[in-house]
Amino acid sequence: MTDVLLSATNITRRFRGLTAIDQVSLSLARGTVHAVIGTNGAGKSTLVSVLAGELAPNEGSIFLHRQEVTSWPQPRRARAGLGRSYQRTTIFPTLTVHENCRIAAQANHQAFWNWATPASKCKASNEAADHAISLAGLESDSAQIAGLLSHGRKRQLEIAMSLATRPSVLLLDEPLAGMGSEETDRMLGLLASLKAEHAILLIEHDMDAVFRVADEITVMVNGRVIAHGEPQAIRDNPEVQTAYLGDGE
Amino acid sequence: MQATLRFFCMAGLLGLIALFPLIATDYYISLAIKIMIFSIFALSLQLLVGGTGLVSLGHAAFFGIAAYATTLLSPESGAGNLLWLLPVAMLCALAYALITGALALRTRGVYFIMVTLAFSQMAYYVFHDTDVGGGSDGIYLYFRPELRLGENVLLNIDSPYSFFLFTLGCLLLVWAFLAMLMRSRFGAALTGIRVNEQRMRSAGYSTFNYKLVAYGIAGALAGISGLLYAAKDGFVNPELLAWEQSGLVLLMVILGGSGRLWGAVLGAAGLTLLQEAFQSQALFGDWSAHWHLTFGLCIIALVALMPNGLIGIRAQWRNRRRAYAPLAVSRSEP
Repeated sequence: MTDVLLSATNITRRFRGLTAIDQVSLSLARGTVHAVIGTNGAGKSTLVSVLAGELAPNEGSIFLHRQEVTSWPQPRRARAGLGRSYQRTTIFPTLTVHENCRIAAQANHQAFWNWATPASKCKASNEAADHAISLAGLESDSAQIAGLLSHGRKRQLEIAMSLATRPSVLLLDEPLAGMGSEETDRMLGLLASLKAEHAILLIEHDMDAVFRVADEITVMVNGRVIAHGEPQAIRDNPEVQTAYLGDGE
Repeated sequence: MQATLRFFCMAGLLGLIALFPLIATDYYISLAIKIMIFSIFALSLQLLVGGTGLVSLGHAAFFGIAAYATTLLSPESGAGNLLWLLPVAMLCALAYALITGALALRTRGVYFIMVTLAFSQMAYYVFHDTDVGGGSDGIYLYFRPELRLGENVLLNIDSPYSFFLFTLGCLLLVWAFLAMLMRSRFGAALTGIRVNEQRMRSAGYSTFNYKLVAYGIAGALAGISGLLYAAKDGFVNPELLAWEQSGLVLLMVILGGSGRLWGAVLGAAGLTLLQEAFQSQALFGDWSAHWHLTFGLCIIALVALMPNGLIGIRAQWRNRRRAYAPLAVSRSEP
């Protein structure tokens, strides 16, 4: 039996007259990478924002760990185990890699009125940050200033910051954007290693990478889901070939 | 070793500052007190601007409200007691900060600036157009407050020297509190909010609550400077709450350099001294009547020449030397 951690049913989000996502349903289970692909403007990033709680859906319901979270704001969902990374790198460039992860980890160890103890002395946050750095393979860069890292390392740090909050569900918006082949391989290895403990939603344009790492694929066009299934079934789906991959694929 | 050296240097500097009133005339003691009061005021705004990334143009409201609270709540026939006067003045400023902050913090960027300005002007007109605080004429504080426990006077700040030391103590306490706050988990969260609020929300921080508490703390700390200002001049009027005052303290933070506590103090000292200098007839003769013009030109020049403020001069100088170093080497080569 699959361990479904996040599910969304009939999600619709409109921006004035434009329906960005229309009656989209999906579920994310532990141990799987669920990729969402689609052309530009298909509504993939909007879907991630709705799932993460940055945008409220006009219709539909979202369940996290079988609890309805549709009306929860983003910080509450994050504390309940929903981590996300952004299409654009959102690290803190003047802080070290460790400090970046520690700030993220401290979200689970907030001490609103404890002003006397320095942040650097929070043992639980430091441990969570070290764990995330280790998972993301950034141990050698732990003391490095984040802004000085290579692009690929910055993307890894972006994921490490999400991991520092110890999420059970990861929503990754184009984590491979702008990466070279070596960095892509490293990132795919990271995703493969993370999926045992997490349910992962992957938004990605790099089709080779998607078919290498994904266990399930959902294809969106103009805000609607046109296909969903295992990679081989998606590859063979004539509607997907016409709409997205091209007839020649 | 370096930390120990720095500690002794700071202690020595503080000792020298504490002895300053013994060699200075009343005018210079008063000027130093004014600088310290504005330093506290600028430090409180630094928490918002440099610490949280909230540029407020209504900070004078908290300063003025606390100054009025001090004056209105002090007895007319004797000195008020600092033991309750200071907390009450801070609470008045804190209350106004929390009420207005709860609304203003729902906006961002230039809208936040405008809303804080509007709230500040609302407070200004309450004191200006009503009899609450003597209208546009203002009101007098006849006795400087003192610290009493029962009938025993623990601290009398009536003399210039004792008031100087009391203000210096307040400045050090505010500094130490803010330094501690910014190093805490709360401060780290504020830093994260300043750099990327969206990231902090996605990590699980309810950023609105953090910003509101920071806004409240900044208001309460500005309240300390308001009380000291009322005690120093013995007179308050609505101009203390006016937008010019908010602009002035914002300029102190920008001129000093935002993001560092030192910047606020340097900015407060620099701007107060410049104001005094340009108003001095001894230095500028008849031109001192038009001091706003020369002061404005000077500010424009300083901001243009020091984009990172006074605090950034050293780094700017170092970068410039580094940039010209290869040129110098290549010139010296045959």
